[in-house]
Amino acid sequence: MNAIEIEGLRKGFGGVKAVDGISFHVGEGETLGIIGPNGAGKTTVFNLITRFYVPDSGRIMFFEKDISHLPSYKLPRLGIGRTFQNLRLFQNLTVMENITSAVLCEQGYNVFSGIFRTEGYLLAEAKARQEAQRLIDFFQLTGREKDPARNLPYGEQRKLELARALSLRPRLLLIDEPGAGMNPREIQDLVTTIREIRERFSLTIIIIEHQMGLVMNISERIVVMDFGEKIMEGTPGEVKKDKRVIEAYLGEEFA
Amino acid sequence: MNFFVEARTQILVSLGVYIILKILFAFHFVSEYIEQITIYSFIVIIASLGLNVIYGYTGQFSLGHAAFYGIGAYASAYFSRIFGIEHVYSFLPVLLLSGAIAGLTGYLIGIPILRLRDDFLAIATLGFGTLVRVFFDNSDRFAEVLGGSRGFVGIPRITNLETVCFVTLFLIIITRNMISSRYGLFWRCIKEDETASMSIGIDTAKMKLMAFAYGCFLAGIGGALYAHLYTFLHPSNFDVLKSIDFLIIVILGGMGSIMGTIYAGIIWVGFIEGLRIILPAAMLDLRWVFIPLLLIALMMWRPYGLITKGR
Ligand SMILES: Nc1ncnc2c1ncn2[C@@H]1O[C@H](COP(=O)(O)OP(=O)(O)O)[C@@H](O)[C@H]1O
Ligand SMILES: [Mg+2]
Repeated sequence: MNAIEIEGLRKGFGGVKAVDGISFHVGEGETLGIIGPNGAGKTTVFNLITRFYVPDSGRIMFFEKDISHLPSYKLPRLGIGRTFQNLRLFQNLTVMENITSAVLCEQGYNVFSGIFRTEGYLLAEAKARQEAQRLIDFFQLTGREKDPARNLPYGEQRKLELARALSLRPRLLLIDEPGAGMNPREIQDLVTTIREIRERFSLTIIIIEHQMGLVMNISERIVVMDFGEKIMEGTPGEVKKDKRVIEAYLGEEFA
Repeated sequence: MNFFVEARTQILVSLGVYIILKILFAFHFVSEYIEQITIYSFIVIIASLGLNVIYGYTGQFSLGHAAFYGIGAYASAYFSRIFGIEHVYSFLPVLLLSGAIAGLTGYLIGIPILRLRDDFLAIATLGFGTLVRVFFDNSDRFAEVLGGSRGFVGIPRITNLETVCFVTLFLIIITRNMISSRYGLFWRCIKEDETASMSIGIDTAKMKLMAFAYGCFLAGIGGALYAHLYTFLHPSNFDVLKSIDFLIIVILGGMGSIMGTIYAGIIWVGFIEGLRIILPAAMLDLRWVFIPLLLIALMMWRPYGLITKGR
């Protein structure tokens, strides 16, 4: 089965055709890479899938269910988690709270349990902290639970954002430029982590990268975008050799 | 019940405060005027706590808080008059109802305006505050008893030390529990980053409405207690300057701090009323020079509040 199927997706901002009729699909358990020069429309694709933008046209199917019309906040419950190109942590909340907030969205209790601190409340809170702790340990953030997120070094903030997205137990994870602002060693570390995540949580992943290195390493298939369009699709090997891809990237270098 | 078990400290402190104040009042160690402003400071704390939920915790800037305070005050005074309420026990349901009316108004007005961000929200709440003030000014056209621009007179004096101590304690515990529950956590997430909040599944529109309605409920309760302390209401008690008072208290105490709001509420009432005592009557209006100056100094010197530690 396909985890996600995108058909003829379009989005313009004024005169800019940010995404101009994109179609692709990702099979369950597959990892798809999206690459392309800056401004190609990659992030816009994510924002359309998670409905931070409303598509001008096109259809998005998630496990054969049309999700084109669902509001953003309902998607995590269906199983879509995401990270952001420019990190969006809750900076003044603790590392623990950054994750429990996500867990408690799904495993909740009502207002009265909260006010009167019923057994249900205590149980749900304890369980949320336990789950969060598991992820904190997995991402080697142990000992920093009570620190505000803003106190973490950049690389660890990236990990925390991944941990937060994973705490939703997503079936599909959208990762936007995880390597941005990281040095080669941190990137290597990240590749290992993403591999582990994929195994352990049996996830379908779409990963955006601007640099080709990281994404070539972990994707089974790659979609190359330029000027809002898909200019080619193939295995990492095929993509590396393709003339159009080289041109798109060369064009950027000389721009 | 866990509600009380975990509130031991709060209950003991309140009891201590109550006993001390009761002794001071009973033996007339303080003047009746001081008595009144002491009770008034509890009321200010309750209403400011409401704004702290809305602005300090959830990040929704409101310039119309006094309108909800006024709605609670006028609603309760109206009920007291038509039902002939004189006693505390029959007053408590009126108190709750008036708070609920203010909360419901906040909910309804929040549906359209809470979609707005920052400056737009400020303007919308300011507009609503002005609208409510105009309504109070002309209220005698709807019901004679409301008094319009002459003011609402003849409200029974019911609010006393016992009432405010009990109500304040109860509301502080509820608010604290809300804040430390997942709802409070979602509010703080929204203040930090609305987009990220949606990405983890928080229904931000609903949560903002909830915070706003609850904050307005607290304002309404405060207003109702106020009406039955001073026994007289005038539309000018509920204008934008009053809203700014509440904002100053929240900022002074530090955004998102319950203890901060309590201290700042006491300091603020003491400061305003203190100036009234110190300044000769002819210069009383100078208060409105001191207050903005203080605000400017505060913003430059401690933008994160006087009481909480800076970032
Ligand atoms: N909210 C927006 N408003 C206006 N233009 C936008 C917006 N988001 C993206 N764009 C434009 O759409 C194009 C694609 O942007 P983006 O998807 O961020 O590219 P990428 O992630 O591939 O670098 C760019 O020209 C960008 O300026
Ligand atoms: Mg991008």
